[in-house]
Amino acid sequence: MVLENNAKGQKYHHHKDAHHHPHADSGTPAIGVQKSGTREIKVVRRVLDVNEKMAAENRKTFAEAGVFVLNVMSSPGSGKTTTLEKTLANIMPEYRSAVIVGDICTTHDADRLAISGAPVVQINTDEFGGDCHLAAHVIDKAASGLDLADIDLLIVENVGNLVCPAEFDIGEDSRVVVLSVTEGEDKPAKYPLMFRECEAALLNKIDLLPYLDYDKDRAVEYIHQVHAGMPVFEISARTEEGFGPWIEWLKNRIRQKI
Amino acid sequence: MHEMGIALQIVEIATASIPSDLADVRIERVNLKVGKLAAVVPESLRFCFSVASKDTALDGAELIINELPVVARCNECNSKWTITSPVFKCETCNSGSLEILSGRELDIESIEIAEEVKNGSGK
Repeated sequence: MVLENNAKGQKYHHHKDAHHHPHADSGTPAIGVQKSGTREIKVVRRVLDVNEKMAAENRKTFAEAGVFVLNVMSSPGSGKTTTLEKTLANIMPEYRSAVIVGDICTTHDADRLAISGAPVVQINTDEFGGDCHLAAHVIDKAASGLDLADIDLLIVENVGNLVCPAEFDIGEDSRVVVLSVTEGEDKPAKYPLMFRECEAALLNKIDLLPYLDYDKDRAVEYIHQVHAGMPVFEISARTEEGFGPWIEWLKNRIRQKI
Repeated sequence: MHEMGIALQIVEIATASIPSDLADVRIERVNLKVGKLAAVVPESLRFCFSVASKDTALDGAELIINELPVVARCNECNSKWTITSPVFKCETCNSGSLEILSGRELDIESIEIAEEVKNGSGK
């Protein structure tokens, strides 16, 4: 079984003939001499370890300041910003909140969220190469513009993308994913990592259900196939239907930390 | 989607891994472990790597990508299996409580550097 070989940490040595043979790894010195005139130097480092270290530092900073950090991810157009506008309206002033918004371009989302009265830091990722996600160092920089002592809840609105943000720890306490009933029911199956990495899912735009052929039960089934027991909050950010249980869940999560 | 960022990190880590007593060596190969859940497209990564490594000690180096399957272990019945479709439930007992053993990797295992010809002086 391929899997067993890999799991046992066997590796490939490269010979002149360019054929790759697996060899047992036991007792391999740190520097091996290769027949082809190369020598192998063990590295064994996670490619993203710079991000992971920064995320750990962020997490420490947020813990010391008593800030609960929520990383909100979704595909573009799922209603993430409207959901957050309404979430802020329901959670403030009980919990002092701030928002970091990531977008590849424009400050539209930040402008909308600022109406809530919460401090908003906008990050346009094209300064960082048009990134498809927010990385930990970007959050560190954005958070330095906020007075963390005056904040209980920091919401990070990630870049609309169901792939990459799931890969990058930013030092958050919880991750939630927003999907909407105008997307395919099988989104969770197409982007399993996102749905596995998130603690809860918000199924948005349920006010549109009468006009769609969307099979809501099937969507929830897909979510639970990928992430058994995942809480799913059926909401309409437009009408605020279903917001009660979602806000209650969020408050509970915040109280667990601060 | 962020293969270029990953390629740049690989170049940085690989360059930093060259022993200090070996100045001016060329890295011939980089051995990488990539899990199937790592959101990395090998072909894109190879292309980005070839661009990112220009004018570095890795210029022209080969990127060997060892793809690892998604392997899970059930927390209920302890069975172990390879996940090949987006269904994260135990094949044996249908429990959804599981641990991902492999599939999230994105690790540089090793680099291989060109050995200087020393007329068979040993090392």
